[in-house]
Amino acid sequence: MHDIVRMAPLIFTRDLSVRIGSHDVCRALNWQVNPGERWAILGKNGVGKSTLLKTLAGLRLAETGELIVCGAPIAVPPARTVGSTLGVPTFSRESQRTLAKRRGYLTQHHSDPFPSTVMETALIGRHPHLGRWDWESTADHEITRAALAEADLVGFAEREVQTLSGGERQRLAVAQLLTQQPQLFLLDEPLTHLDLSHQVAIMELFKRKTQGEFSMTSALVAVLHDPGFAVRYCEHALLLFGNGEWLAGPARNIITAENLTRLYGHPLREIGSDNDRWFIPC
Amino acid sequence: MPSRRRALTVLALLLALVVASFVVALATGSIPVTTHDLFTALFGEMFSEKWGGMGETSLAIEVVRGLRLPRALGAFACGGLLALAGALMQVLLRNPLADPYVLGISGGAAVGALLAMLAGLALWFIDLAAFIGAFAAMLIVFGLAHGDSSWTRTRLLLTGVIVAAGCGAAVALMLSIAPEAQLRGMLFWLMGDAGQISEPRPALVVLAAGLALALPFARELNLLARGDVLAQTLGVSVNHVKRGVYFLAALATATAVTTAGSIGFIGLIVPHLTRLGLMKLGWGNDQRLLLPAAALVGGSLLLLADTLARTVVAPQQLPVGVLTALIGVPAFLFLLGREKHA
Repeated sequence: MHDIVRMAPLIFTRDLSVRIGSHDVCRALNWQVNPGERWAILGKNGVGKSTLLKTLAGLRLAETGELIVCGAPIAVPPARTVGSTLGVPTFSRESQRTLAKRRGYLTQHHSDPFPSTVMETALIGRHPHLGRWDWESTADHEITRAALAEADLVGFAEREVQTLSGGERQRLAVAQLLTQQPQLFLLDEPLTHLDLSHQVAIMELFKRKTQGEFSMTSALVAVLHDPGFAVRYCEHALLLFGNGEWLAGPARNIITAENLTRLYGHPLREIGSDNDRWFIPC
Repeated sequence: MPSRRRALTVLALLLALVVASFVVALATGSIPVTTHDLFTALFGEMFSEKWGGMGETSLAIEVVRGLRLPRALGAFACGGLLALAGALMQVLLRNPLADPYVLGISGGAAVGALLAMLAGLALWFIDLAAFIGAFAAMLIVFGLAHGDSSWTRTRLLLTGVIVAAGCGAAVALMLSIAPEAQLRGMLFWLMGDAGQISEPRPALVVLAAGLALALPFARELNLLARGDVLAQTLGVSVNHVKRGVYFLAALATATAVTTAGSIGFIGLIVPHLTRLGLMKLGWGNDQRLLLPAAALVGGSLLLLADTLARTVVAPQQLPVGVLTALIGVPAFLFLLGREKHA
């Protein structure tokens, strides 16, 4: 575990601007995600939450500004000078390997054009930890089995992926992410397709992965749609208003009925008490 | 998921299948060949003397060495190349039904070869023209699909299909204006015919090189088959690997088509069949095993099909491409039907 960054911010941005065409996702974002922190990204459909997450994962170019993820500089000001081929940031092989080991990215869509077992699919997460000629070892299988158990997929190992239900497939994606053993979890709508009990279970799981022994090394950034889940599992929030404006800080200050009403363009009312706040549309 | 040892066991078994196919191919034909002749032809006089042979070169030995062995090696190499190219194309296009010809490479080769035949050029010129045609088609498709630097699968596929259609029209045009005497040779070339193999070595070298180049990236291909974003997230240089796969598949296809014409169905059915077989064993779609396994199965299958093609209506010879299609179509429909029930 020698290559784990301790206590340095896992995400650092300075004056970062992210755009989709002519639409501003965020302008001059100055933001930092430290180990042990859990952040929720909230915003309306189409404001660019996924795009921002993709940029943070190093899979997409930022417009301008500085971005360092898990110690790997993804963009230095101005962002274009890092260079790009085919619309993807290029950085040293070393940075790419570092990123692949340290930051995990849960996508919204999972595709399985070829038949494959659940075990095989989850094992894919070990890829960045293996050398070119390595085959998955028994240790890798153990890690994967444990990850499947954590995602409540015990007994699914030999199942054919194409026979899974939407929720089961989503949990398999979570298991694959755990198999990768990243420090920084970037989750794009992790609760899609999940029933209520699994929504809670998965959020609890990621909470465990970023607190206690992991609080010095790991952090989480999740795009969520339910402000109630956001305040319950994330101590911090980043709101994207869709015109390039953003708001970041402790959830208790940021996630308020007033801000959410402005965010979603629909009046919301807060119910519950201090540690258990829920928001319902009026 | 196979372990390295299990994968090697499977490959060793498939190698035994390859050896068996060669024995069948070399021993079958209008001139009977004994086991002794076969060993002498392959391993020389020293071996036969040890076995107490007569030490004379019989007609059978000449036939095996001069005719059957080059043809068998060529057929094996082409089958292997087509299966390898098919497996690579299926990963690249993330479609289990893609085949090596889907991107117009065989069409380009056909245009080149038929032009050379129309001009009445020598055999090796036809090979060269086919290769140039294949590469021209490959570059056109790559260039057009790559135009704005975002090369999506749909765009690649559409460009390939259109270029293939264009080549098909050019081929039809040439066939309709070709003199009667050349028509038969042209048709045989188009259908794929191992009888035209003059020199198997280039194809064998390309097959070996192709496998040697693809295998170090096989795990990356496993990721690529599951999506670009996932692969990129886990540290694969997606665009570089994709370009590499494209050029490797194109080179393998061009070599196979240049050597023996456009033999159908091996490139589609063999990777599919191999994948299905490995799935049945519980080892899924692992390119580290699938790529070499498909190459060996493809080689053996084409070798056996060619043996059948030159013996079934002897002394008449059938173009092996017709035979592979005749076997391939029902086999494929059968597999498709089964998949629906599973």
